[in-house]
Amino acid sequence: MNTEGVDESKRQFLTSALTVVGAVGTGYLAVPFLAQMQPSVKAMAAGAPVEVDLSKMEPGQLIRVAWRGKPVWILNRTKAVLETLKTLEDQLSDPHSRDSIQPTTSKNSLRAIKPEIFVAVGLCTHFGCSPTFRPEIAPNDLGAEWKGGFFCPCHGSRFDLAGRVYRGVPAPTNLEIPPHHYVKDTLLVIGETTEGKAA
Amino acid sequence: MKTNRITECSNWVLARFPLSKLWNEHMAHYYAPKNFNFWYFFGSLALLVLVNQFVTGILLTMNYKPDAKLAFDSVEYIMRDVNWGWLVRYMHSTGASAFFIVVYLHMFRGLIYGSYKQPRELIWIFGMLLFLALMAEAFMGYLLPWGQMSYWGAQVIISLFSAIPFVGDDLSLWIRGDYVVSDATLNRFFAFHVIAVPLVLVMLVFLHIVALHEVGSNNPDGIEIKKTKDANGIPLDGIPFHPYYTVKDLVGVGVFLIFFATIIFYLPEVGGFFLESDNFIPADPLRTPEHIAPLWYFTPFYAILRAIPDKFAGVIAMFGSIAVLFILPWLDRSPIKSVRYRGGIFKKALFVLVVSFVALGYLGTQPVTPTGTIFSRIFTLGYFGFFLLMPIYSRWEKAKPLPTRLTEQPTIEDHIPALKEVFDEMTVLKPVTNPDDMKSFYGSTVLRRRPNPKGILRVVSRVAKKIKASLD
Repeated sequence: MNTEGVDESKRQFLTSALTVVGAVGTGYLAVPFLAQMQPSVKAMAAGAPVEVDLSKMEPGQLIRVAWRGKPVWILNRTKAVLETLKTLEDQLSDPHSRDSIQPTTSKNSLRAIKPEIFVAVGLCTHFGCSPTFRPEIAPNDLGAEWKGGFFCPCHGSRFDLAGRVYRGVPAPTNLEIPPHHYVKDTLLVIGETTEGKAA
Repeated sequence: MKTNRITECSNWVLARFPLSKLWNEHMAHYYAPKNFNFWYFFGSLALLVLVNQFVTGILLTMNYKPDAKLAFDSVEYIMRDVNWGWLVRYMHSTGASAFFIVVYLHMFRGLIYGSYKQPRELIWIFGMLLFLALMAEAFMGYLLPWGQMSYWGAQVIISLFSAIPFVGDDLSLWIRGDYVVSDATLNRFFAFHVIAVPLVLVMLVFLHIVALHEVGSNNPDGIEIKKTKDANGIPLDGIPFHPYYTVKDLVGVGVFLIFFATIIFYLPEVGGFFLESDNFIPADPLRTPEHIAPLWYFTPFYAILRAIPDKFAGVIAMFGSIAVLFILPWLDRSPIKSVRYRGGIFKKALFVLVVSFVALGYLGTQPVTPTGTIFSRIFTLGYFGFFLLMPIYSRWEKAKPLPTRLTEQPTIEDHIPALKEVFDEMTVLKPVTNPDDMKSFYGSTVLRRRPNPKGILRVVSRVAKKIKASLD
């Protein structure tokens, strides 16, 4: 490169200026490129509330419905189950759901609006597998301590029948509870907390 | 004259493209150490498998549909109705596992002969980046059949990113492009799997080989052949890559293809190891299979993830187990490359690593049990111990003296008489006593070879002693 009679500092300035402009331009271009991988408008709109009729549910029964593509469980808990849940607190990692996600209407020890009806997103808070429903007491594979609950087959996380996580398992928080409310006594709406108010 | 025309044509090309220069530099005048053993087959085999994946992959895309509603059926369509579709698909799925077998053996070769050490650190780093890209490629390819394992495997692996503090949830949302693994995820994984990652792989292979040919290959003795050259500057212990190693590698290709074809034609699923049975069920976002496990090549890392009881720490440990490989060239403080001349402590550590890696690989395929978790933790310690304690134990090593020239080792043929003797020792010839079994000619005695328990015991104890001695 010929450097005779050249103002070096001017050349350096132009080089730097061009580099900066180029970098800024690349940065601006990166925004649409990266943002186009965000959920599309259609995917965001797909979170419409789901209505569930509970009139045919039997005690102890669990039904699964899809909301935003996720499995949502609705469990009809018996009196015996509710009694057991009260005795578990000292084995749980977040018994009062302080660090867990739920609407305020469900932020109580049974994690439900109505004690007998438990609604939760059926995905483990660890790595998102769907835990299995294991209501039986002390089955062979889960040990004598098992009082009924949800067991995640992927990494062995354990939850009780209020979706509260036990201590010493990989899942960090209780199962998420989706926003939901009752239109009638037996008609549940998942996806909004009160009439017409989406989550 | 015809020959003149051909010469003219080739001259025309050579004046415009350095074909003969490239050929000489990388094949005919590229001098490789003359003592390569079977461990040196796996580099060229990895290249062969890469080509296999490209060709079969292109053919698969002609009939595959990257759509959550159509994907599963289109794979079944390929398997049943497309001409030779089953063959192409099995070549691709077996090729994926073969790729990892070959690459793990290739990496192990680098480990035992110190191929990661000065001046080959960059070759190792490019190789590790290749390994990382290969894992991404395999993971995204596994989602495409849209079976239960595809779906829930992707769900778990993408959720790994959500464990990162602050940005984790947004990051995993961005990767999925939806709130759950869905059509959007499948479509983008298809794009990455067939375009983005293969391009990265090819570029990295190029860099890997350019870096290798700059410094030259290491060898089982771990000494530099460039140190002793003849009058023409050619290494005395080097032989031209072509024809010597091109021909030798062809033998490796032949042996490899025997195994490869056997699996494709006779056991393409390998009992759930190469293709998992749950993946023949279409993806169901509402139900996780009873037992989910990644394919065998990810299980060691998966076992490390499961061994740690904390979500974020588990992810750190899992990524750490791969990150630690990148810094290996700087962890090893011993100047000796090859395991042949390294001290006993390195050999013992290597033994621990191999046992830990294989054991973690097994544990990763099994359901979670309390005992399994304890063992996973022990072997996780073994795995990390090899790497993280290396700066300490590689200093204490008492190395054996290095030769100045490459040594000659007995070949496989040389071992055959000894193997025959061992076989004779382990078996015994007994006359057949049961008359129903007598299919003999008149009066002759039929001898059957039967296992000889005493002989087997002797051989096993001798082998065990030999292994123990070789670890010193």
